[in-house]
Amino acid sequence: MHELLLSPYQHRQSRIHRLPAGMKLAGAGVFVMTVVLLPRTVWSAYGVAAAILLLVAALSRLPPGRLVQRLLLVEPFALGVALLALLQPNGLEIFLAMLTKSTLCLFCMVLLAAVTRFSDVLQVLWRIGVPSLLVTTLALMYRYLFLLFDEAGCMARARRSRTFRADRWSVWRSSATVIAQLFVRTSERAERVYAAMCARGWKT
Amino acid sequence: MHIPDGFLDARIAAASGVLALAGVGVALRTVKRTVPPRRVPLIGLAAAFVFAAQMLNFPVAGGTSGHVIGAVLVAVLLGPEAAVLAMTAVLVLQCFMFADGGVTALGANVFDMALVAPVVGYTVYALAVRLAGTGLRSRLFATAFAAWCSTVAAATCCAGQLALSGAVAPGAAFPAMAGVHMLIGIGEALITTMVIATVAGARPELLTVGGDEAELPRYCGTVVTGLIVSLGLAVFVAPFACGWPDGLEKVAVVLGFAPRAAEQPLIPSPLPDYAVPGVSSAFASTAVAGGVGTVIAFVLAWILARALTPRPASVCAGETRKESDRA
Repeated sequence: MHELLLSPYQHRQSRIHRLPAGMKLAGAGVFVMTVVLLPRTVWSAYGVAAAILLLVAALSRLPPGRLVQRLLLVEPFALGVALLALLQPNGLEIFLAMLTKSTLCLFCMVLLAAVTRFSDVLQVLWRIGVPSLLVTTLALMYRYLFLLFDEAGCMARARRSRTFRADRWSVWRSSATVIAQLFVRTSERAERVYAAMCARGWKT
Repeated sequence: MHIPDGFLDARIAAASGVLALAGVGVALRTVKRTVPPRRVPLIGLAAAFVFAAQMLNFPVAGGTSGHVIGAVLVAVLLGPEAAVLAMTAVLVLQCFMFADGGVTALGANVFDMALVAPVVGYTVYALAVRLAGTGLRSRLFATAFAAWCSTVAAATCCAGQLALSGAVAPGAAFPAMAGVHMLIGIGEALITTMVIATVAGARPELLTVGGDEAELPRYCGTVVTGLIVSLGLAVFVAPFACGWPDGLEKVAVVLGFAPRAAEQPLIPSPLPDYAVPGVSSAFASTAVAGGVGTVIAFVLAWILARALTPRPASVCAGETRKESDRA
């Protein structure tokens, strides 16, 4: 589950993988925009969009099971918001249209993440003039995300193996302690990262 | 609370996007001017920290579990602008890597969760600290109340965007989103306050870095982000707060959100007429519930702060009793 969640990129030798990241990002952007702006009841257009996505998925030679798994992982969030739409007159049609739109867009983003490295996305952001401070923040975040995630996992496991009283209040208290400790370690790591960056000639 | 693609009307998505861009831009400038270079890497790592902390699940009633949102946590620990940056980074990564939150809704999501949540939270925090004092107990109280307020404010803004887009009827959006998040806010306040209390105990100097800035926003940038957030709340939420039944339509016409389905078939009509009559009563009851909820949250925050503040006197009393037992 964690591995499925945290490593969306899947290395394959395919035409889609070899495309420049900027082109893939732009393509995904145009696709999502178009699907979002489609009128709600044009079901044939949704069919065409789905066909395009399936074609791209086939060309990129990704294992279909993984794609479907990842889609199912993010689908509940869209479903949750869409369910609220049922609570109005004519709600079923709006519900189905919105669910179709969001599912198509989700599938598009799942595909994009599977064929594009996040570091390439960062390079594109850098090139199109996103402020360097934001790109640096994103890059540092992505670099240390997996490390901190492992650290949090270790600490949570250690906490579970030592907490014998499992009433809710004590679980909450000890989990809050884990988060606090994680922040303390994070800020210590940030100090070391800054020292290392300076040692390598980093300038703001 | 991430809005997926396909739920927002093009105008609402564009308006949120512009507000989000402006707010993040101002935050970037303020961070560049006021945050020392030594603390810049911490913003990136804090973003990773928020992401990792969000993965830790807490058991809630009935087999469900929740996680910390972290906006107020980072705002209190690092200051509001750094929190805006860190939360923006989290949302961008979630959008592009995990397909969590839509691309066209990225502006709206950034506005709700990376601007409204930390800025409203930090403003409430700063005001409460100013009112209650800078001691640990009042800091904890301010944190708890700010965490609750920020969660509810972000959810209300999100409900406003969805309702203005015509995706969800306003009569359903506000009670559902604001109501549910009043409960979620209690959990968020609990966790955030416990984390701050633990950090204050383990490494108090980490807290004073943010704490020195815990006065009313004094940087120009903070005021500007506050203004942007207020503007957004006015655009997305205020139309529903008008007492008269057709207030929504009037505001919609003035702001250009009025239904013009015939002229623009590409864009689904944002304000279907049938949704309007129920608005004022539904919003009024939600507003009353919100007021009552705020008072309850205020009291709960105070009790929580009292419970979490270590009392040196009672600890001493306990130790002397133990010693006397031994004797």
